[in-house]
Amino acid sequence: MSLPIHASGFEKINYYGLRVFAGLVLFFLIVPILVIMPLSFNAEPFFTFTEGMLKLDPEAYSLRWYRDIFESDSWILSIKNSFIIGIFATILAVSLGTLAAVGLSSRYMPFKGIIMGLLISPMIVPVIISAASMYFFFSKVHLAQTYIGLIMAHAVLGIPFVIITVTATLVGFDTNLYKASLSLGASPTQTFFKVTFPLVRPGIISGALFAFATSFDEVVVVLFVAGTEQRTIPREMWSGMREQLSPTILAVATLLILMSIALLLTIEVLRRRNEKIRGVVNQN
Amino acid sequence: MSDQESTIQQGDLTDKEIRKSLKKAERNHRVKAFLLVTPLIIFVLFTFIFPLGSMLHRSISSPTLTQYMPDVARVMQDWDYEGIPDDEIFKTVAAALVETRKNKTIGRVANRLNSEQSGLRSLMTGSARKLQKYQGQDFKTYMIELDDKWSDMETWGAFKVLSNSYTMTHYLAALDLEYGPDGSVQARPEAQRIYIDNLLKTLKLSLIVTVLCIILGYPLAYYLSVLPQSKSSLLMILVLLPFWTSLLVRTSSWMVMLQSKGVVNSVLIKLGLIIEPLELIYNQIGTVVAMTHILLPFLILPAYSVMKSISPDYMRAARSLGAKPANAFFKVYFPQSVPGLSAGAVLVFILSIGYYITPALVGGRTGQMISNMIAYHMQTSLNWGLGAALAGTLLFVVLALYALYNRVVGSSELKLG
Repeated sequence: MSLPIHASGFEKINYYGLRVFAGLVLFFLIVPILVIMPLSFNAEPFFTFTEGMLKLDPEAYSLRWYRDIFESDSWILSIKNSFIIGIFATILAVSLGTLAAVGLSSRYMPFKGIIMGLLISPMIVPVIISAASMYFFFSKVHLAQTYIGLIMAHAVLGIPFVIITVTATLVGFDTNLYKASLSLGASPTQTFFKVTFPLVRPGIISGALFAFATSFDEVVVVLFVAGTEQRTIPREMWSGMREQLSPTILAVATLLILMSIALLLTIEVLRRRNEKIRGVVNQN
Repeated sequence: MSDQESTIQQGDLTDKEIRKSLKKAERNHRVKAFLLVTPLIIFVLFTFIFPLGSMLHRSISSPTLTQYMPDVARVMQDWDYEGIPDDEIFKTVAAALVETRKNKTIGRVANRLNSEQSGLRSLMTGSARKLQKYQGQDFKTYMIELDDKWSDMETWGAFKVLSNSYTMTHYLAALDLEYGPDGSVQARPEAQRIYIDNLLKTLKLSLIVTVLCIILGYPLAYYLSVLPQSKSSLLMILVLLPFWTSLLVRTSSWMVMLQSKGVVNSVLIKLGLIIEPLELIYNQIGTVVAMTHILLPFLILPAYSVMKSISPDYMRAARSLGAKPANAFFKVYFPQSVPGLSAGAVLVFILSIGYYITPALVGGRTGQMISNMIAYHMQTSLNWGLGAALAGTLLFVVLALYALYNRVVGSSELKLG
């Protein structure tokens, strides 16, 4: 936005005021994430910048909290668990969710509204309610404190995201492409893998990333449903934060931030690519 | 599709037959679409809807008395608050007390009664011990002699309330109500009223968070929407990165920043603005600040996507027709941006009402919300019925708000990222 030449004094104040305000809000959004990273290299167990750190004294920085993570059995276990549960929950959510999304975007689908509401509900119901419900029910059917139980619980929380992202890609899907492929002699299976799937893939992948991030960040269900063996990274952080906040938490947090940056970049690249594919399709 | 077309091409079919085969084809499509969704429906029903239903069932079920003292439950169903029960009922109760003491289930019944009317646990266990040795037949006189609580209407009211396997007591308790000695619904004593206050506090904090998100998010979304694409997508990263960052990471960084020796206090002291560190955490301030930060992207993203679609021509037209800038903004631009703003605001409000993690970690004693209360009853006090009723109440509020959200935006507009 540039200021028009005819702008009055009032508008100038508004314009610069808006810029400053927007800058401050962006600062508010990003500062907690920026602060935690350097503090995780603090040589002292403090949660503020020491004199040495401000002077950029190399002595004041250390990797001791990172070493702590990788020397602790419980952190290692929780990292392993987070990945195992996250990956399997994602596979479950994406496979069931994509099938369902294909059905849901058919114009013949009966009771679409009700079924959509049902499948989206895990996203709307407050997680404490879901967690408590699952705890009671899973205890009854012997799924509490098992990996399978936790994977199922996390998958169901991730499903709404898969449904939303995949149906969004399917809504814009040009069925003529599918028909063209069939009319040119491709079998339905070939058509699916050569035409449909590549076009829907960005939606599936971003749905999968959402589902994985949901599971990877989830703690309330873990608190209720998991046993000590299934402790995940957020569960470990949670107990660390409840008892005595240690700088090790900041080191873990920094690693998680790096992961979210990677996730964000992937999603962004996918979105651009999706737009590009769409653009080409539309021009044709 | 193909078989239906080929039938039509045969030419000499009647109207009826064509319609019939069309219908058949459509039904096939419908069945096919439904079959694709079926596995997921079954999965969601099993892992989510059944559990939810069984918890809601727990909030109205009250099986203790009917299970462990079925005779007492039966006689109490006939009793209708007409005065202290007769000797027959006393006799039934006495027999049940002695029997449950023998098979060691008395504790459960006593605990359950105690949650209706405090003091009944000791009454039950104490009387049962004495009654074991009682040889006489005049149970009424003997029991009232043992403890005059047996002549209180409140005691019998508690029995009456539990005599049915379904009860509204948990919901009444969740709304600070109870059954009075005559069976009517009344407010709880002042000292025991906590849940309405907690619900109001939850709504108040959620409203504050929502308003703060609007104040901070609306101008930023506007600014981002008028910037050229290259600049705005760069700045958008600053909004999206917190959005993608783990909730616990963001909460822990606020714990670090707001501590009495944390970054915010150190900076303020260095600047000479304050002398003593402020108490910014383990109270409502901590909850509000951290939740506003966490939920802000949920307001900015929908607001931004709507604002992006508003053409600047409208504002230019309004200005060229002589509207003052503020006037043009509020009369022309603002109404067009309302759908995005309200979608974001309702979303933030819904999410904050059910928040658990952040208040639990940075809320201290005063910053706890209804979710924390539910967790407390589920994990610590083990009063599951009450916890379930609180959950049912919260669920009702959230679903009502979601229905509102749907009317405002329509669920098809739900977008991510």
